[in-house]
Amino acid sequence: MTTATSPRKRPFWTIERRDAVAGYTFIAPQLLGTIIFVLVPLGLVFWYSLHEWNVLANSFNFVGDANYQQLLRDPSLPQVLWASAIFSGGLVILNMSLALLLAVLLDQKLRGIVVFRTLFFSPVVVSLVAWTIVWSFLLQNNGGINGFLQMFGITGPNWLRNPNTAMASVIVVQVFKNVGLNMILFLAALQGVPKELYEAARVDGASPWKQFRRITVPMISPTILLTSIITIVGSLQVFAQIAVLTQGGPGISTTVLVYYLYQQAFQFHFFGYGSTLSILLFLIVAVLTFAQWQLRKRIVFYEN
Amino acid sequence: MSKFTFLKSSVALGSLLLPLAWSGTAWAQDAINLRMTIWSANEAHLAMFNEIAAGFKQTHPNVTVTFEPLPFDSYTTTLTTQIAGGNAPDLAWVLETTAADFVNSGALAPLTDAFSATEGYDIADVSAQATALWTKDGQLYAYPFSTSPFAIFVNNDVVKAAGAKTPAEMIAAGDWTWNNAFATAAAVGQSGKTGLVVRDFKYQTWQNLASIWNGWGAAPWSEDGKTCTFTAQPMVDAMTAIHKAIFTDKALPGPGEDIDFFAGETGLTITQISRASLLPKENAFDWDLVPLPAGPAGEYSVVGQAGVGVFAASPNAAAATEFLAYMTNKENSQKLAQFFPPARTSLLNSTTLAATNPLLSAEQIENVVIKGISTGKVLPGHTNFAQIQQTTRAGLDALWVADADVPAVLQSVCDSISPLIAR
Repeated sequence: MTTATSPRKRPFWTIERRDAVAGYTFIAPQLLGTIIFVLVPLGLVFWYSLHEWNVLANSFNFVGDANYQQLLRDPSLPQVLWASAIFSGGLVILNMSLALLLAVLLDQKLRGIVVFRTLFFSPVVVSLVAWTIVWSFLLQNNGGINGFLQMFGITGPNWLRNPNTAMASVIVVQVFKNVGLNMILFLAALQGVPKELYEAARVDGASPWKQFRRITVPMISPTILLTSIITIVGSLQVFAQIAVLTQGGPGISTTVLVYYLYQQAFQFHFFGYGSTLSILLFLIVAVLTFAQWQLRKRIVFYEN
Repeated sequence: MSKFTFLKSSVALGSLLLPLAWSGTAWAQDAINLRMTIWSANEAHLAMFNEIAAGFKQTHPNVTVTFEPLPFDSYTTTLTTQIAGGNAPDLAWVLETTAADFVNSGALAPLTDAFSATEGYDIADVSAQATALWTKDGQLYAYPFSTSPFAIFVNNDVVKAAGAKTPAEMIAAGDWTWNNAFATAAAVGQSGKTGLVVRDFKYQTWQNLASIWNGWGAAPWSEDGKTCTFTAQPMVDAMTAIHKAIFTDKALPGPGEDIDFFAGETGLTITQISRASLLPKENAFDWDLVPLPAGPAGEYSVVGQAGVGVFAASPNAAAATEFLAYMTNKENSQKLAQFFPPARTSLLNSTTLAATNPLLSAEQIENVVIKGISTGKVLPGHTNFAQIQQTTRAGLDALWVADADVPAVLQSVCDSISPLIAR
């Protein structure tokens, strides 16, 4: 901005340009992070899924849709998808209902209620692997839970080795780990419900159950939507619990999609097919999230 | 800062940095940094390897070797992930089960010619039986630095307390067989302690059961690796005996019971002799080390092996091969022998091994170590082992319940792995 510029020429740094530069500078760190750590790997995974990559032989060959063909023919895949569905379904139902129940119970003005809230929330801050390893000891055949049952003369099942109880055990361990988070979110939502609504309902003679159905649930429905999305997406990404507790067994009854993907890519070294499986996982998560987002118009109160 | 000062300081900085950068590249060209991935984090092991590396540096001052311990459980996974990420080490330990993958893929550099050309190496001294797994078309691709026999550690205190015969008594009487071994283990198991632990098996690492089923002459697949033999009679008989020992006689702990022999509450354990280092120094018990009992197919022994190879794609493959030749020459093999039973026949004698394994008696070294190494069959392995291992593991899970139909389960294992091993 020296005297050299002619007065007629518009200055290069117009206000719009300055604003644009400032704006882009502000979003640059986030944008760069997203590009480098999300979009580029996503693109690469798609690229890998079109290849057969033999790490040891150092060969990387284009195979077109061969990996996707294999996806359709993989004899284990239906069982793996079914296991994922059972896990996610069981987890979401158990986690959400328990979280809501705890939140309602803890939404009281009682002395010492903070202690209980802390107690139920504390597993959330415990390291996932440490939590799971402790549970693996409790669930062993000669472990803590069966030892406890033995005191009442009950012979407990071999929790993690029995196809009927292994999946239930993994789900329950995961529910106890994360129920506190949803509970806190529900608790915050419950406390935001105006008290006069309940007062009015009581005056009209509504039962506690009716108050819960007609006031509480609609008022906290945005939170229900949020927690259900978080819980479903999280349940599809479960890995450490499976790796520590069952390694996908017995048989492949607890081999969920992420664990299967890990086995194919990192244990069996089929990076191409592993990438194809992760594309499948991505699509499943995307479709589920989209569907839930669409549903909000019909079930979530206060949204337009 | 005026334009002129900026220019001046840039030139000054450049004139300082450029020569430094040049000398840096010159230095980097000469220096060779070799990295070897290993699965032992034992300090004594590391100290020995560093000592060998320091010895190599005396004749090759520009070569530095670092040893990178990776966790054993995920060793191969971590190694292949490093390779996939373009960060492959120059040398790596390889497990016997994955030997076929590494040797056949072309990932490893051939060693025989380089070793033969090394003065004083004496490659003929390395036992052909030990190198068989690591050789393709007459070329050695990884050196078997550890050939460790499976044997049985006995806690005589626990066995005697259960009123059972000790293995030593049975060996003396000439009836050290699996029948009698299972009987002793069952007596211990039914007395409330643990009978026999197949170490590291944990109802996952099924290939460790080869230490038992080889006594029946059983194998998971044919010699050429193409045909599943889980359904063959020896395997059916062996698995039936193992199943009965677990679920009827309580001779072995059941699935999901994690028990460590060296804690002192177990009668017998099958493991490799290198585990002698785990014997407790305090509250020691009266222990013994005996060979595996004879099975219906007679006497036998089983070894676990570990090889070390050079990655062909490494830019320093030549230097790495040179280091490997140094690390496994006669003199250093003797050093390695204190932890890893050697593959050199000249070292396979009780004098050398007694000096390096002070915990073992001369008799134990003769009967267990030397006999085991010279006659032992290596644990089963296969190309694409990880997938075959997992698939078999998933199939065998159905066997580890009290009312399992052994032949039917083994048939289902063959059904699922046949397409994999035939490839």
